[in-house]
Amino acid sequence: MKSRGEEVIETPDLSHLSVTDFDHVYEPREDSFLFLDALEKDLSLIHSLQPRLGLEVGSGSGVISTAVARALGSTCYMMATDINPFACKATQQTALKNKTNVACMQMDLDTMMRMDNSFDLLLFNPPYCVTSKDELSQPEEGGSFLHLAWAGGIQGREVTDRLLHHVGKLLSPKALFYLVVIKENDPEEIMNVLSHQGFQGHTIASRKVKNECLSILRFCRGF
Amino acid sequence: MKLLTHNVLSSKCLKGVSVGYPLRLNATDIKVVDVDFNSEFVSRMIPKINYSALYEAAQSIGHHNGLPDAVADDYEHNDDFLKAVHHVLLEVDVVSGDLECPESGRKFPITRGIPNMLVNENEVNEINSSNGC
Ligand SMILES: C[S@@+](CC[C@H](N)C(=O)[O-])C[C@H]1O[C@@H](n2cnc3c(N)ncnc32)[C@H](O)[C@@H]1O
Repeated sequence: MKSRGEEVIETPDLSHLSVTDFDHVYEPREDSFLFLDALEKDLSLIHSLQPRLGLEVGSGSGVISTAVARALGSTCYMMATDINPFACKATQQTALKNKTNVACMQMDLDTMMRMDNSFDLLLFNPPYCVTSKDELSQPEEGGSFLHLAWAGGIQGREVTDRLLHHVGKLLSPKALFYLVVIKENDPEEIMNVLSHQGFQGHTIASRKVKNECLSILRFCRGF
Repeated sequence: MKLLTHNVLSSKCLKGVSVGYPLRLNATDIKVVDVDFNSEFVSRMIPKINYSALYEAAQSIGHHNGLPDAVADDYEHNDDFLKAVHHVLLEVDVVSGDLECPESGRKFPITRGIPNMLVNENEVNEINSSNGC
């Protein structure tokens, strides 16, 4: 019999975050929840990898990293980055509220991490919307970071592409990487890019929400 | 910020920096917390950590007491060793201070336990900048 922890990813308690917090931090919505559902369905695969170091890029409220940290317990050190300082704070609070630990860092993607094939698990729900390039710029001193939660530039790929470029160096020889995409991001092409770094891509969940065709991609290597 | 976090950070993406590791650690406020000891986790983490960087970081903030200066040969079965590593990796928490690039001297502040590793676009190598790759 499987233990409960192997089957369920509980949605974290976010009651400590208020409406005003969500003026500055991405509030979990359909993409976040589809991501959680897909990770739950894949949990036995994730367990089989026995990840020791996990990283969520762009953690926002911390809903994803907290849920995963709880599901994996003390067998995995879960880290999280966000470019938005309010998101880092929210992620830290969400982990605490849910009695787990997520190591938060304010960082552009994973640029300041050791690139020596150490991370076993990588999660990213990126800013994937198609926007103009201007919308990608960082806010002025004191300005809002919220647009960075969704603005993805050309094809909605500009932020994601900077990460894709070197995931092969960040991740262990045997590793899993989960990515949220929409149709406009050209998932097929992303799979093609990552196949050159030894990753096999699969679509593990899809849902049409209003005008978005959301999918969750799983990339694995070394299995 | 725990020392395990420090262990996986690097400033190599900065312009003109060739190794950028390990970052120098300065702490002005440290909190020691209780974390349940999981010997298997620590033992499986040993091959992933840079032990001398861990030792140096612990030493620089005065928390290396009890930590051997090298990995024990039989570490998988050496609970005393694993417990000492567990303490330094997970229980020593830097609340405020900074991280410093060993080559350029660029400082990254740590505030309320969160390191701010954001850099300006003109500080990083092309490949890492928003306009790069
Ligand atoms: C779509 S939201 C996802 C938030 C959360 N993970 C979730 O699923 O609800 C994207 C997040 O990525 C962050 N982000 C955008 N650009 C980033 C970058 N260059 N580096 C790190 N984080 C970034 C945003 O601040 C935002 O929190």
